[in-house]
Amino acid sequence: MSILAVKKLTQRFGGLVAVKELDFEVEAGSIVAMIGPNGAGKSTVFNLITGIYKPSEGQIEFNGAEIQGRPTSAIAALGIARTFQNIRLFAFMSALDNVMTGRHARMHATLADALLNTPRARKEEARVRERAHEILKFCALDEHAQSYAANLAYGPQRRLEIARALASDPKLLLLDEPAAGMNPNEKSDLMALIRRIRDTGVTVFLIEHDMGLVMQISERIAVLDYGEKIAEGAPEAIRANERVIEAYLGKPA
Amino acid sequence: MELFFQQLVNGLSLGGIYALIALGYTMVYGIIELINFAHGDVYTLGSFFSLSILTVLGIESEMHGLPLVAAVIGIMAGAMVFCGIVGVLIERFAYRPLRNAPRLAPLITAIGISFILENIMQLWQGPSPVPVPTFIPDPSFTIGGVSIELKQILVVGLAIVMMLFLNLFVYKTKLGKAMRATAQDRDAAQLMGININTTIALTFLIGSALAGSAGFVSGVYYGTTWFFNGFAAGLKAFTAAVLGGIGNLAGAMLGGFLIGLVEAFGAQYVSDQWTNVIVFSLLVLVLIFRPSGLLGESLPNKV
Amino acid sequence: MKNFWAALDPRAKGIIVVLLIGFVPFFDRNGAHLNFLADASTFVLLALGLNIVVGFAGLLDLGYAAFFAIGSYSYAMLASGQFNIHIPFWVLLFLAPTITALFGVLLGAPTLRLRGDYLAIVTLGFGEIVPQTFLNLSQWTNGPNGISALDSPVLFNYKFGLQTLPYFYVGLLLLIVAIVIVHNLQDSRLGRSWMAIREDELAAAHMGINTTKAKLSAFALGASFSGLAGVAYASKLSLVSPDNFQFNVSIFVLSMLVLGGMGNIYGVIIGSVLLSSLERFILPQATIFAHNLGFMQLDFSNFRFMMYGIILVSIMLFRPEGLFPSRQRKAELHAAELDVALATQEQSLYEEAVH
Repeated sequence: MSILAVKKLTQRFGGLVAVKELDFEVEAGSIVAMIGPNGAGKSTVFNLITGIYKPSEGQIEFNGAEIQGRPTSAIAALGIARTFQNIRLFAFMSALDNVMTGRHARMHATLADALLNTPRARKEEARVRERAHEILKFCALDEHAQSYAANLAYGPQRRLEIARALASDPKLLLLDEPAAGMNPNEKSDLMALIRRIRDTGVTVFLIEHDMGLVMQISERIAVLDYGEKIAEGAPEAIRANERVIEAYLGKPA
Repeated sequence: MELFFQQLVNGLSLGGIYALIALGYTMVYGIIELINFAHGDVYTLGSFFSLSILTVLGIESEMHGLPLVAAVIGIMAGAMVFCGIVGVLIERFAYRPLRNAPRLAPLITAIGISFILENIMQLWQGPSPVPVPTFIPDPSFTIGGVSIELKQILVVGLAIVMMLFLNLFVYKTKLGKAMRATAQDRDAAQLMGININTTIALTFLIGSALAGSAGFVSGVYYGTTWFFNGFAAGLKAFTAAVLGGIGNLAGAMLGGFLIGLVEAFGAQYVSDQWTNVIVFSLLVLVLIFRPSGLLGESLPNKV
Repeated sequence: MKNFWAALDPRAKGIIVVLLIGFVPFFDRNGAHLNFLADASTFVLLALGLNIVVGFAGLLDLGYAAFFAIGSYSYAMLASGQFNIHIPFWVLLFLAPTITALFGVLLGAPTLRLRGDYLAIVTLGFGEIVPQTFLNLSQWTNGPNGISALDSPVLFNYKFGLQTLPYFYVGLLLLIVAIVIVHNLQDSRLGRSWMAIREDELAAAHMGINTTKAKLSAFALGASFSGLAGVAYASKLSLVSPDNFQFNVSIFVLSMLVLGGMGNIYGVIIGSVLLSSLERFILPQATIFAHNLGFMQLDFSNFRFMMYGIILVSIMLFRPEGLFPSRQRKAELHAAELDVALATQEQSLYEEAVH
């Protein structure tokens, strides 16, 4: 059962074809990775999925329903959450507030609730605050709950972005280079976290450059080069694939 | 029909003034993405300066021949230098410290500077409009029932000449190239060894000088000036810059003339009191439907 | 005692202070002071409303006076002999904010997706268009003369008339309502979404926040406050004219936010009172002082705009977070300084290396 299906997805920016007729499926409950040299179009694919761009051609299906071209906030409400290549936390809000904001789509307080501070709103806030603490604990961040996101160290910041993404109870989590800039210890913690996330039933789809991490954690890998999918399969197959090696290292002289 | 062409001429000469002011707005926005609210008041300063010089020199009536030419060139140059310096000083002390601050900060500062300048001018020449000696003789030609005054030709001519010079400067000189580079990518320009502080100061110098020339021209053209002129004129000139495509020199020219025409035709065919509403509504509509303007390009958001 | 005060809900603190001010007329019989407080409360309402738009949601609105005009003229047209409609003051306290909120939605819907400074200019455009329109449509608005002899509020057969005291108490009542509402908004899901939009609009959208709707509600709510202020203002003055809603009024209110500390509710209130006092007391007193010293020509009210300008520029250059900033705003604004320090260090290191 595929939770995400991308069909003939094409994205052009003026004369540049960033993504070319991409066909790809992600199975529910799995951990899938997308790799490829820089500029291959991987982040663009994420941006297309979360509605930042409307594709030039092609469809994106989430649980069978077409989502391409829909507004980002609607797609988030459907159950897709993401982190960003360059961290985009709410810098001067506390870690707790960041995660509580992440839960926005699952809250029901209306304008009237906001104006009048109704008991319903207060109860919901309390529930959300508690859930936010749970998520922070899940990501080993609860001690930083009251710190401004900008004041956290780099590793905790990356984890906070993941925590914030988890706050909406997503079905699909997109991680854009989650291991960038991490040391080996942080990376193995990250892998454990990703597995724990998957074990709660969330499908994880990640972009990563760290081959070691990708090979260890992914069940399936897709390889992009110049916007086209050049290979797809299990980690061992990808590791041995000539086209992939060529894309990264160039043709042998 | 004659009325139409008459208003066409009127609109173009009004537009010439707006074009000169708009050039300054668009240059500054292009290089540091700041809407320089005080720019309109620098324009008024140009006419105040001209008035002062005329008063000091005791010029009250028409001049002729060589002294006339000398006076025009001298006073206009003086106004340009004066306003250029004011512009540079404003940038140095009010905007430069805020170059890396959130966008709100320099915008609010610009409003503050505008208020200060307006108040200074109000104290300088009083709260009411003051007459400016019209010392340039104004023969008019009549073609097919339409009267074209010399000064109208001068205004349009001046605007075009200034734009051509500016174009030449920006595209053919090293300093101009530095300005374009800084406008496109400030950090990269810095890494190439361009001194961005000097480049930005130069931009303000030129933009403010142009506003000063517009001030001189409008002072002697209308024969009157008023401390509060700059506010409306500035807004309309900014409308012109946006209409033409902010950051685009030719666009500022085009926009300036268009706004002048809108105002002239609006006054004739709708009513005098609605021209401001028409122009500002145009501003709102352009920003909503085509923020990149007529000659600008629409740039997609990069994530 | 101190702990008790500190532990109190900020709403309660505000209400207590406002109630205490309510006792002022028992001690201070000076009519001018009472009048000032009544007028000042109108501007505090305006400042609180603009604070929702600019301070909470981060949308720069340079034409807030337009909504103030709409609110005031709504009262003038619906409670006077102008069209012979006489809707009671107490009904208009609900109706006018609704009208202005609707205009907020009308004006905001096409424009709120614009980038920061473009939005600022659009609102500036509205700020010019609206009062000019009121001026021009003289058959309805009496043009430059404005609409006068507005209905006085009536409470159980007691007519407010020309006395200041009832307007003073109504002003305080409106303040209490405003303080509670504004705090409620700040601490709500909606308030958080405004903060998120201000920090990073793209990321906020990824949280499922409908940024257009959120910005629109900020704009409309801000507008409704000026509707409220408009009713209070028009009824007390018993007159509206286009002159009272020009650009300088928009900037006057914005300056209150800048001075007091954008985003911080009590900072904004203090900023508002300070600037109103400057206008009403400090400048005239300074003039009298100067006259006593022999400078007969000096009239400090002529320096009003220069003073506002200096305040705006100085605050932005030296204390951009305002006098009483929220912790968050202060951190935001000084983070930029950190970047400047690093950038200039890089520049000078580079220059060293090159030369």
